[in-house]
Amino acid sequence: MNRFSYVRAASAAEAVRELADPAARIIAGGTNLLDLMKYAVEKPTRLVDITHLPLATIEDAPGGGVRIGALVTNAALAYDDRIARDYPLLSSALLAGASPQLRNAATTGGNLLQRTRCYYFYDPATPCNKREPGSGCSAIGGLNRIHAILGASENCIATHPSDMCVALAALEAVIHVEGPDGARAIPMADFHRLPGDSPEIDTTLRQGELITSVELPPPAFGQNHTYLKLRDRLSYAFALVSVAVGLNIEGGTIKKARMALGGVAHKPWRKPEAEQALEGQAPTLENFGRAAELLLQGARGHGHNDFKIELARRAIGRALSQAAEARPQSQTDKRIR
Amino acid sequence: MLNAEHTQGAHVGAPRSRVDGRLKVTGAARYAAEFPADSLLHGVIVSSAVTRGKIKRIHTGDAKAQPGVVEVFTHENRPSTAWFDYKYRDETAPPGSPFRPLYDDEIQFSGQAIALVVAETFEAARAAAMLVRVEYTPADHATNLDLQLDEAYVPPKKRNGIKPPPKPRGDAEAAFAAAPVKLQNEYRVAIEHHNPMEPHATTVVWKGGGKLTIHDKTQGSQNSQSYVTNVFGLSADDVEVISPFVGGAFGSGLRPQHQLFLAVMAALQLERSVRVELTRDQTFTLGYRPCTIQQVSLAANRDGKLQSVMHNATAGTSRFEDYQEVVVNWSGLLYDSPNASFDYRLAKLDTYTPSDMRAPGATLGVFALEAAMDELSCELGMDPIELRLRNYADRDENDDKAFTSKELRACYRQGAERFGWSRRSSKPRSMREGRELIGMGMASGVWEAMMQKTAARATLTADGKLEIACATADIGTGTYTILAQIAADALGLPLERVSVKLGDSSLPKSPVEGGSWTAASAGSAVQAACDSVKQALLTAARGLEGSPLANVDLDRIVLRDGRAEVAAHSSAGLAIEDIMRGAGKQKLEAEESAAPSKTAMLTHVGYTHSAVFAEVRVDEELGVVRVTRIVNAVAAGKIINPKTARSQILGGVVMGIGMALEEETLVDHHLGRFMNHNLAEYHVPVNADIHDIDVLFVEEHDEMVSPIGVKGLGEIGIVGTAAAIANAIHHATGKRMRDLPITIDKIIGA
Amino acid sequence: MSPSAADASASVGAIPIRITINGESHALQVEPWTTLLDLLRLHLDLTGTKKGCDHGQCGACTVLVDGKRINSCLTLAVMKDGSEVTTIEGLAQNGDLHPVQAAFVEYDAFQCGYCTPGQICSAVGLINEGHAQSREEIRELMSGNICRCGAYVNIVDAVEHAMAHRRQSPRNPEARS
Repeated sequence: MNRFSYVRAASAAEAVRELADPAARIIAGGTNLLDLMKYAVEKPTRLVDITHLPLATIEDAPGGGVRIGALVTNAALAYDDRIARDYPLLSSALLAGASPQLRNAATTGGNLLQRTRCYYFYDPATPCNKREPGSGCSAIGGLNRIHAILGASENCIATHPSDMCVALAALEAVIHVEGPDGARAIPMADFHRLPGDSPEIDTTLRQGELITSVELPPPAFGQNHTYLKLRDRLSYAFALVSVAVGLNIEGGTIKKARMALGGVAHKPWRKPEAEQALEGQAPTLENFGRAAELLLQGARGHGHNDFKIELARRAIGRALSQAAEARPQSQTDKRIR
Repeated sequence: MLNAEHTQGAHVGAPRSRVDGRLKVTGAARYAAEFPADSLLHGVIVSSAVTRGKIKRIHTGDAKAQPGVVEVFTHENRPSTAWFDYKYRDETAPPGSPFRPLYDDEIQFSGQAIALVVAETFEAARAAAMLVRVEYTPADHATNLDLQLDEAYVPPKKRNGIKPPPKPRGDAEAAFAAAPVKLQNEYRVAIEHHNPMEPHATTVVWKGGGKLTIHDKTQGSQNSQSYVTNVFGLSADDVEVISPFVGGAFGSGLRPQHQLFLAVMAALQLERSVRVELTRDQTFTLGYRPCTIQQVSLAANRDGKLQSVMHNATAGTSRFEDYQEVVVNWSGLLYDSPNASFDYRLAKLDTYTPSDMRAPGATLGVFALEAAMDELSCELGMDPIELRLRNYADRDENDDKAFTSKELRACYRQGAERFGWSRRSSKPRSMREGRELIGMGMASGVWEAMMQKTAARATLTADGKLEIACATADIGTGTYTILAQIAADALGLPLERVSVKLGDSSLPKSPVEGGSWTAASAGSAVQAACDSVKQALLTAARGLEGSPLANVDLDRIVLRDGRAEVAAHSSAGLAIEDIMRGAGKQKLEAEESAAPSKTAMLTHVGYTHSAVFAEVRVDEELGVVRVTRIVNAVAAGKIINPKTARSQILGGVVMGIGMALEEETLVDHHLGRFMNHNLAEYHVPVNADIHDIDVLFVEEHDEMVSPIGVKGLGEIGIVGTAAAIANAIHHATGKRMRDLPITIDKIIGA
Repeated sequence: MSPSAADASASVGAIPIRITINGESHALQVEPWTTLLDLLRLHLDLTGTKKGCDHGQCGACTVLVDGKRINSCLTLAVMKDGSEVTTIEGLAQNGDLHPVQAAFVEYDAFQCGYCTPGQICSAVGLINEGHAQSREEIRELMSGNICRCGAYVNIVDAVEHAMAHRRQSPRNPEARS
């Protein structure tokens, strides 16, 4: 870890001003940034501590939704009574991720900015376009068991590792930010980007912008939801594939469907066509299969991760069944429902 | 509760809590990187980014200019050390030329230590280490065992203590060709790293005048000491290695590791105390369980009687050492076959040398054999236990010797009963609950019950307290506790009056702690030393004026509750303190050593056995496997402490579950580098992975295997576990997995 | 504190903080890049808190900060200004082991002992949180602490026992919180 200067921001505006320095980084939970700094992947010269800003509350949002402060920890969010009651999909996804200790420290804003777990990104001795643009992608033709099957480019096949973000994508959250040009709101679907020619850029945040809150629309899915995560051990591991599903079923017909995949792309993966294909239909295995095909359209493996395409197809089907039957996956009982 | 009478025999066999438990649960137990020293310097290692080649230039100027940096050591400025290879060869080294850190500009493996940055604080050293820039001249490398199989060779020089494959018996090829039921398969196990929770570390305390006290993470304080004296040309009187607590090792602490070399080098050169602690990712540059490809062929008559066993293995090793372990021999002694052949080869790779990792060799070889036996039982339509009983070996055919004891039949019987094996329907895919397929599988386990010559000292002081001392280590195995139990029983003392000192090179001589031999070896030495003290004590007691024991035969005197008494007459006796005072003794001390019986070993050989039963539940569609139950029935001679003994087996089973389902060091062969060098991507089991594990110890009396009848437990728990799980997965799904670990992709792809 | 550490704390870039550790208030000068874990182990000689991976991947460094369990390796000391930290050294009171510590000894919930302080602090945090009732929930919520010696079955036994003990003893100060 390199040396750096440290400042405790007294206001969001001050934090934004500090971020004018491109080598400065915001620190809150620290669970990913310090991790990366110790591996010399991140080498900021200045850390801006925002933990004293008043952004740790969960409040009503206009229109019946809820606004989650950027500094609300993953644990506080998961166990919040209102979130657990109205947005159990989000609680479940949070509790599927990391460990209790990490959830006690990691924040909502930080989780959105979590970086990939690609082996090569984490190892500065190896080429990686995301860490060092232009150096090449070692995962293509290398070890890519945990890598992307969707939306990748010839420059990068990294995945976004968050569980929370997969649920936020399905819930169609909106990210509120403050920046040098004032505040703006970014729909979750537009917040993370695909690697394309610039895999070093994970999100559409502009220079100097600070995440202040995440807004959820009014609760929509009742009991018909699930977060299904498949991984290499039964806890404390990143997803090989995860599926967040929310359904609104009335009279045996799916009125609204939202699905997002984790562990398969540079961002939580959604496809409106796949959701529309379910809407107005009965919750049948056949329809689930068709939705899965649509959601996975264009999926491509890179060798070690070929299995993820089939695994994702099956996981989507199972998750849709779980949601339709109101049998959401438990994050404690490891039997897959 | 410990309200038992402290008579001879009160502690051995009783489930005592660890005597070092309080130190460990309060954080008071100090490990290698936790010993303080005045003006301590901190060293951080810079590791090679390339796998093979030369260092063209190494730029240390920026690092040296950092505040707090004292020195940056590289091959260009390192102090000179011993010239000959043998000086670097420790007591467990395989044949070859041991790695010498910072020796020259040559890179032999990815992650090789190429510089040591030493600074006043850890943080300063860590920051400066980022600024060391290296230019390399890379060379081609080979890390893929599959591509080196043509170059595989029979190791020309045998590793000390490792039995080469046994000679062939009968004509295995011809018998295989002629047999009615047969199979021939290849089995693979991924590279695994030990990953003890404590990363390797050394704190060298500079005591002036060239004297060093070294706190090293090691399974052998005397092994580290002699390495340091040999390499740096120091006198044994000037070097003491102290490691009272070791945060797990599993074999990774057998060989002196490079942080020991670097810390001592820096301390001697700078004449200051120095600590070097590896990062977790740097621990992946130490030894590992080697990538091994095995072929097992079994052939049997229709009644299940084996006619031919052939077991071949090829394992990777480094360019510079021929690491060897016992992989194939187990197939020659676990079952009786008139025809058998064995082959064990190595192939050179550009990696660091592999090393012993919990049940080295057996973990691999017994997995392949026991998976093949399960396949044979399926071919025969015979219960897997029945097949094993029909081929039960009453004699070790490899060495043509009798077993000192072998209660494996009882392991099968008691294990099966505890597990509920009779509820297993024989057909694969026939048991199901909800979406999950249920599978039950079993396997045998075996490990050699070894004993090594070991010395121990017992010191009884005038206050009636007993101190036991031995250089061996307790790496979590419970050695402190069982030695205290043996000693307390020998002298009829409460456990609280016995203290045990271990892990110090100045204590009576012991080999490295490993191979499951420590309980038998150190335990027997402690027994012998205590027996000598007891003799001296009783002799003194009888010689006292007016002693109530004066005319009592020695074998009629018992020691209990800190008193010497006439058996059956507890009123007639003397307190130990009174004997010591009366005899004018400040202390009674004896040092004794114990060694295996040479005569017994001419005709007999000792092995520990087990039968492992596994229940798995498999969500076949999604490839998720849960190991819901394990029963491990173990025959290991006398059990000194059922509580710590059970923990040893639990630990082996958990590592076996990891081996079966999770553990795999991923190699990028293009880069020649281990890539998942961290605990996020190298998966070891977590709490949620582990359900019910039931351990039972089968009665086994063995007065030949070691003087105290103990066989050892450190390895046996892992042997067979992975095979039992793989066999259970076959029973659940009908899919045969011959390539570990069995991850989601393999289940859904098979 | 070793002299070298003291010298370093006073060097350029050091920032004054006040932090309460195991009930004792410390006024310290810390460099911004010093983690809470390194502050405890290297600068305050509280070596009971362990460094197993230094990346939040093992849980050996778990301590309680303001009553919540976190990985001290992924926390900068300077950011914990004003906090109350409890480490393994602060759990026993007047020589009496905390019920979780006692249960760990009783159930042999460790072998080498290196992950143990983190396991125990984690278990105390888990009990405070109150989200675990069943063995299954204990297993899941203790999964942030790796034990390579494989003592998990015994760890669950110990935590379960300590939870039951806590429920039965209303005088336990933690039970009131």
